[in-house]
Amino acid sequence: MNFARVTERFFSLAAWSAALLTSTILVLFLYLGLPLLENGGLETILSAPWQPEQGLYGIRSMLETTLLLALTSLVISVPVSLGCAFLITTLAPVRLRRILLVITRYMSGIPTVVYGFVALFVLVPMMRTVGDGGSGLSILTVALVLGLLVAPTMIIFFTAAMQRVPAGFLLAADALGASPVQKLLYIIVPQAWPGLLSGILLGLGRALGDTMISLMLAGNAVAEPESILDSARTLTAHIGLVMATDVDSMQFKSIFVCGIVLYVMTTILVLLLRFLDTKKIV
Amino acid sequence: MKSWFEKAVLVFSWFSGLLLITTVALLLGYLFQRGLGGFRQDLIFGTTAPLDAILLRRQVFDGLFPAIAGTLALIFLAMGAAIPIGIGGGIYMAEYAQGRVKTILSLIFDILAAIPSIVIGLAGLALAIFLHHRFPGRIAPCLLIAALSLAFLVLPYLIRTTQNALEGVDPLIRNTAPALGASRLQNIRYVLLPAALPDIAGGVILATGRCAEDTAVIMLTGAVASAGVPKTLFGQFEALPFYIYYTASQYSGPEELTRCYSAAIVLLLICSMLFFLASLLQRRLCHFLLYR
Repeated sequence: MNFARVTERFFSLAAWSAALLTSTILVLFLYLGLPLLENGGLETILSAPWQPEQGLYGIRSMLETTLLLALTSLVISVPVSLGCAFLITTLAPVRLRRILLVITRYMSGIPTVVYGFVALFVLVPMMRTVGDGGSGLSILTVALVLGLLVAPTMIIFFTAAMQRVPAGFLLAADALGASPVQKLLYIIVPQAWPGLLSGILLGLGRALGDTMISLMLAGNAVAEPESILDSARTLTAHIGLVMATDVDSMQFKSIFVCGIVLYVMTTILVLLLRFLDTKKIV
Repeated sequence: MKSWFEKAVLVFSWFSGLLLITTVALLLGYLFQRGLGGFRQDLIFGTTAPLDAILLRRQVFDGLFPAIAGTLALIFLAMGAAIPIGIGGGIYMAEYAQGRVKTILSLIFDILAAIPSIVIGLAGLALAIFLHHRFPGRIAPCLLIAALSLAFLVLPYLIRTTQNALEGVDPLIRNTAPALGASRLQNIRYVLLPAALPDIAGGVILATGRCAEDTAVIMLTGAVASAGVPKTLFGQFEALPFYIYYTASQYSGPEELTRCYSAAIVLLLICSMLFFLASLLQRRLCHFLLYR
């Protein structure tokens, strides 16, 4: 009897400690980033440029890069993912659907660093010939790879959402003589759009949070990017690049501010996803 | 009555599918073409005799052995910490938590699951700094902290998979034992857990793959380019993904680059193996939670 109570205590302890640790992270970051926040205030840090020599530790250019990069990769990835999800749910022959789904699932299991590594030796030399050349390390390069990286997440989610459309609707469309494409465009997509939107948000979250691809392929310049062919540094790469040699320096403290920004962005995305879920039409 | 738009969608869909498949095929093809040449006897152990290396009698310098050993150490430590807490927490979520508590907890776990891995690594680094202030000079970023951070990274996923697996047990099976007088815990122990085991095991295996693959967390918490085989929990360590990341920009010659390609193949094979094992076990598809 006693054993039972100890075990049940352990279950609740496990859940609560995991939850508590999650919130502790934010508190810890606030505590460690506080000197910098006190120094200039949140607004200054978010809007100032990164010029450590002049005592400016603003993260605006990193923030902009992160957002620009995530959006560019989604612009590339969403249409292709939708197309693949169309194939998997309706357009392709049944056998091919299976194969496509297996490949997609397998893609999500390929290590991120492998994508980055191969892209560094295949895509980067190709990108050198685009535009005015340069190093080939640019936002566009990262966006292309990131698009490939987030595609499986979105395809799987899109497919799941589209397969939840009630079979009766599809039968009715068939009976009216709709072609597969018509079924997709006028029945499935309108019915499944909250799920499709969730998939896009998930892809956005993944693109915002990626570190390795942008670290390896974006060139990590701190200046504000003027076009997507420029080299740039994301918030995540900024965290990854700061060396922990001088722990008390303001430069080091700035990575905790980056951490807070990423944490808050993630939370907002999750809340949005929640909101969509409760309003799910299907 | 096909409009041009419908035709365009059809064509574009096929184009997308083709694009996806060709890209993956090219990626894997290129990797194997460049890396297979590196699969010689000295890939893993360099010039050291394998037995000497495994028994730690001699250090390996020109091989992947230290990195593979580091990755294995990370996996065992991280999963050792994450499995009890993850499964325990999942059981709590599925069988005990109710109402508002459940809503709040699952929101927190969703946030934790979505936090970028570099931020988890940063939390590990913050922990190391905190401990360093507390116990000056003794604790720096190290194997233990990296493993704990990785455990934290996969924790929400383990909790969610366990919860989903338990909640997915057929009500007919779920309600039989309590009707016969079994307590809640007995029902969990003898009925629900065994029924949900394949899905939970699949989740554990996928989480293991994530521990093997993640680079962002360990690069902030003590992974270095050369540290030898890890001998203590409080030392720096090597790991396969970090080796690939580091060598990609710092390689000194074609030989080293080829070894890096081979390392990428090794990592890919480890992850693929775990992935296929998991898909054999898991009936419910929830891996996209992990890879978001």
